[in-house]
Amino acid sequence: MRNPPVRLRALGAVGCVAALAALAACSSGGSSGSSGSNSNSGTVTVAVVSNPLITDQMIPLTNSKFAKQYPGIKVKFATYTEGDLRAAIQRAISTHSYAFNVVMIGPYETPLFAKNGWLTDLSKQYIASDPGYGASDLLPPIAKSLSYKGDLYAVPFYGESSMMFYNKALFAQAGLTMPHNPTWAQIQGFAAKLNQPGKVSGICLRGLAGWGDNMAALDTVVNTFGGQWFDMNWKPQLTSPPFVAATNFYVNLVRKYGEPGAASDSFNQLLTLYGQGKCAMWYDATVAATSIATTYPDVYKQTGYALAPVNLTKSSGWLWTWALGIPQGAPNSGAAWKFVSWATSKQYADLVAAKYGWAAVPPGTRTSLYNNPQYQAAAKPFAAVTLESINSTDPEHPTLHPVPYTGIQYVVIPQFESLGLTVAQHIAGAIAGTESVSQALQAGQSAASQYTAAQLSGGG
Amino acid sequence: MTVIEDLAPPPEVEVKPRGISRRERWQLRLPLLPALIYTVVVTQIPFLVTLWYSFQSYFWNTPAPAHFNGVANYKAVFTNPAFRGALVRSVVMTVTAVIVAMILGVLLAVLLDRKFLGRSIVRTLIITPFLVMPVAAALVWAGPMLDPQFGLVNWLLQPFGVHHVAWLSTHALGSVILVMIWEWTPFMMLIVLAGLQSQPAETLEAAKVDGAGAFATFRELTFPHLRPYIELGILLGSIYLVNVFDQVKAMTQGGPGTATTNLPYYLYQQVNNAFDIGGAAATGVVTVILTIIVATFALRMFARVFQFEEA
Repeated sequence: MRNPPVRLRALGAVGCVAALAALAACSSGGSSGSSGSNSNSGTVTVAVVSNPLITDQMIPLTNSKFAKQYPGIKVKFATYTEGDLRAAIQRAISTHSYAFNVVMIGPYETPLFAKNGWLTDLSKQYIASDPGYGASDLLPPIAKSLSYKGDLYAVPFYGESSMMFYNKALFAQAGLTMPHNPTWAQIQGFAAKLNQPGKVSGICLRGLAGWGDNMAALDTVVNTFGGQWFDMNWKPQLTSPPFVAATNFYVNLVRKYGEPGAASDSFNQLLTLYGQGKCAMWYDATVAATSIATTYPDVYKQTGYALAPVNLTKSSGWLWTWALGIPQGAPNSGAAWKFVSWATSKQYADLVAAKYGWAAVPPGTRTSLYNNPQYQAAAKPFAAVTLESINSTDPEHPTLHPVPYTGIQYVVIPQFESLGLTVAQHIAGAIAGTESVSQALQAGQSAASQYTAAQLSGGG
Repeated sequence: MTVIEDLAPPPEVEVKPRGISRRERWQLRLPLLPALIYTVVVTQIPFLVTLWYSFQSYFWNTPAPAHFNGVANYKAVFTNPAFRGALVRSVVMTVTAVIVAMILGVLLAVLLDRKFLGRSIVRTLIITPFLVMPVAAALVWAGPMLDPQFGLVNWLLQPFGVHHVAWLSTHALGSVILVMIWEWTPFMMLIVLAGLQSQPAETLEAAKVDGAGAFATFRELTFPHLRPYIELGILLGSIYLVNVFDQVKAMTQGGPGTATTNLPYYLYQQVNNAFDIGGAAATGVVTVILTIIVATFALRMFARVFQFEEA
């Protein structure tokens, strides 16, 4: 080494720059929008998730229809994947940077944000003086999941539960019949019979690490096996017998009869696999029916639908909705509500139907859609089972035994964002075979044990 | 700052007998100052802010304002098995990728140093992986190449009895390292090739005259000549590869489990999933310190090994 000091100094500088990348991420996120109290003008920046119903429908319709109806309001979209969306919104909303005038959030975030005073009370502020909006038309479980102390703090764009999709042709070939309300034991039997390695997987299940990915599906299995995240004293229950049994069941099912490489699959990957006929069964969000109907017409004709499989409980579907909220104190909030109410209105369904057909309408938010004869005709195969799935969910009482928390496939505490991911990573490891189920749950249990009961209950 | 004090004294008129005056020296430096100040501002101020954050309890997902909590964040970093795991994986990924890429780079460079028909085309083709955007390359590897159902790699290996291997699940770390090697081999090759082409032809001719074989010539003459080039390649490669993020994010998202979570991705998760700004800042500071220590030792070690060989 001819001249080490110079190199070392250079290295130090490089190191500093590297570490500060994190900081740059912390401090970005400027403010946007101009001030102005007129609700018919101004710029509205909307943070949305990059799902087909948004990127293929909401954004083009906003640019054509909404822009014509409200020429003074300029709507800008920022699209993110689910994980990045959460981070971007959390950053903007907690630092009050007002980077977004409208945010897309779900039933996990809404009550937590509302409690922190981060969201506008939509019921009091707007819906009360806007009778045409028809908030009473919203499906009760969905509306309830977006409320805090009885008021709506976000309104749903689309809603979903979970259900079983299956290939009717393969079932007929094997001489099997799918019941309307199957049990997990039956599903396992079907998967064993239908699995043809290399050609068709018996069942396709989520394995990708994420509390909204693999844990969403696994949590519904845990709930119906009688498991829970915490007991009434906020003691973690990840190593309790029902939680272990459910996790073993799920991991074995996907390892034995699931798609290869399951640990990197979530909704979008599985939709592609199922759409290409590579899955005999697929357990996922009810909203997938809308995507199958519009993107994979051949497979759509073969698809049958059943309720989320159960074990000890009567029903077991999850409940989720992508909803729009307005950050408290954001500028142009009047214009923001114009956009929010337009995108979640009854009339929006008509706009989608006129351009993309009734089967493509965002499902799961309004009773009137399910009473609409045109929708009933176009979405006949899946409309009723979707509505039944959503209406049979109860996020207030998600488990067999009483729990101190709410939420079916998540726990409404701020710590869950991090805890859920840690557990999800270990479960993905178990699905990939890099660790055992008991190791994964041990790791999850110790991650959950780092919080005190007081910390956890303070967030609930 | 000293800069301003130095500029402040009244102008001196008389010319000093030898060399140039202090003032003239500063006048010569003046055009560089904006760049210097800019560099200090954009690198050191953020670093100080990171240091400050690392002593704070600051979470994005709670409404409580940031508050001082001593060394709690640092304590958490050192007691957290996830951090240690990420550290070990970072080391494994960087060391393996740099060494293998360097070995392949030397082999390819020796090959390309010879004259043959279509050499420039082959050279361009070999350099291509380094020119492709890392994220784009990682996405192509994760999808069309390594997909268990539709992937090209499985299709190519099918005649050899390989069926539907889920590379990114069962061999995640290996797959990520493979892509890192694929991307960095051309860089190593370019640097080593530059070294080879600067080798004087007379030396090689003299060796030939003396009756040295190809292998002996390479070991005794070419390799010592390449020493500084290889050193530079390893140093630059290590600095970049220790910061690998694109491949991890695009191919495996740190998974399955935490099998491919290296330090940069762990830091990203601490900010983007746990919203733990204080903890992430502390992790960043510790990472910088560890990197500097390890790099110092690695450089000394390389230096000693090569000097030994030279002697």
